[in-house]
Amino acid sequence: MAIKHAAEYRDPEIARNLAARIRRVCRRPIRLMEVCGTHTMSIFRHGIRSLLPEQITLISGPGCPVCVTSQADIDAFVGLARNPEVIVTTFGDLMRVPGSGSSLQREKARGADVRVVYSTMDAVDIARANPDRPVVFLGVGFETTAPTIAAAVLHARQSGITNFLVYPAHKIVPPALEVLASNPEIRIDGFILPGHVSVIIGLEGYREFFDRHRIPCAVTGFEPADILEGILALARQIESGRPALENRYRRAVSDQGNPKARALMQQVFQVADAQWRGLGTMAGSGLVFRKELAGHDAVARLGIEPVPVPEPAGCACGQVLAGIKTPPQCALFGKPCTPTQPVGPCMVSSEGTCAAYYRYGRHEGA
Amino acid sequence: MCLAIPSKIVSIDNQMATIDVDGVRRQASLMLLEDARVGDYVIVHAGFAIQKLDEATALESIRLLRQAAGLAESSKSRKQD
Ligand code: SF4
Repeated sequence: MAIKHAAEYRDPEIARNLAARIRRVCRRPIRLMEVCGTHTMSIFRHGIRSLLPEQITLISGPGCPVCVTSQADIDAFVGLARNPEVIVTTFGDLMRVPGSGSSLQREKARGADVRVVYSTMDAVDIARANPDRPVVFLGVGFETTAPTIAAAVLHARQSGITNFLVYPAHKIVPPALEVLASNPEIRIDGFILPGHVSVIIGLEGYREFFDRHRIPCAVTGFEPADILEGILALARQIESGRPALENRYRRAVSDQGNPKARALMQQVFQVADAQWRGLGTMAGSGLVFRKELAGHDAVARLGIEPVPVPEPAGCACGQVLAGIKTPPQCALFGKPCTPTQPVGPCMVSSEGTCAAYYRYGRHEGA
Repeated sequence: MCLAIPSKIVSIDNQMATIDVDGVRRQASLMLLEDARVGDYVIVHAGFAIQKLDEATALESIRLLRQAAGLAESSKSRKQD
């Protein structure tokens, strides 16, 4: 069935044709930012850059949730792991992220109780099975993940599981776009908007941002043809001088997104300022617990106070996340920083830009 | 973490679905969806179905894609399913 295989999205003939059209449409140099780390990976894996005319520069953005987590939060995660009372639960991507002195993985090797889960529901099960110990889930992620965490919190509450706690370090995407669009150092002509964040917030989730900045925007999926179709749409908008907010991922993204997921998220969390690696503190860009659910807030319950700390010396992650530098422009890239010996989070996460460059793009230059 | 490939719901027990992703069976919570049924295709993120895919829209997207690529009239145009 077409819906299942959607072979067209990987069809080389379609990809070639789209690339040829992009080449015809695009007459002057343009800089497009793919905001989402899954797009960055897909662009490398499918060799999209080699299909594009040289006028188009793709810049990777801050769309890797692990990467934008501040060093203070990473250190607080490590601190939690060191507390022998606590069971820390997390998605696997965070394990090897280097904090100032240690990582979750190193603490686990030393005997800390850190467990990698596939779903937040698994973390609730762990809490149910260990009623005497606080079980903390490390809440890192964007609008796609936050509702799954909210659902787990509500499920724990309904089931009377009071020892399931969350460290809220979630981020929301549109405020970051504001900061990127306003930064003259980055100069972005158009945004390739994330696919699965958009599944939740819908095309309308970007409307305010778009109306304010009138910068070309296209939501796209993750297959090669999806990405090329999005780039073609952006190139057309730029060439015609008519910016638009386009949905090029209609099979998954609607105008209104997923209202039920957003309602759960709003029931548990409220918008607050948040600190992002590389982008600084941005107004209204994070999610913290509502008072009614503060019983599940690890920060309040365990009295955690994240302490501001400098980012790893020499690591350019911050500038990589803001699109100001490419990984090869970091003096540590490849030597000593590699996926097995990462200096910063951008080299750790499967969605990190440095990891993508290292794995696929080392020979492509900057 | 996020499966871009649509998964098919093969059974539902309470709010938990068993899904099939290219022959592999997994569990996914349906707490974030309004009205998922057996047979529906869904996008799954970190153990949760986050969106139901509508077949008509999916087929229309493919038609638009072929048009964008200038292949609408090509003999390879697939009209089945
Ligand atoms: S290459 Fe390593 S040190 Fe340099 S920015 Fe990337 S993660 Fe940081």
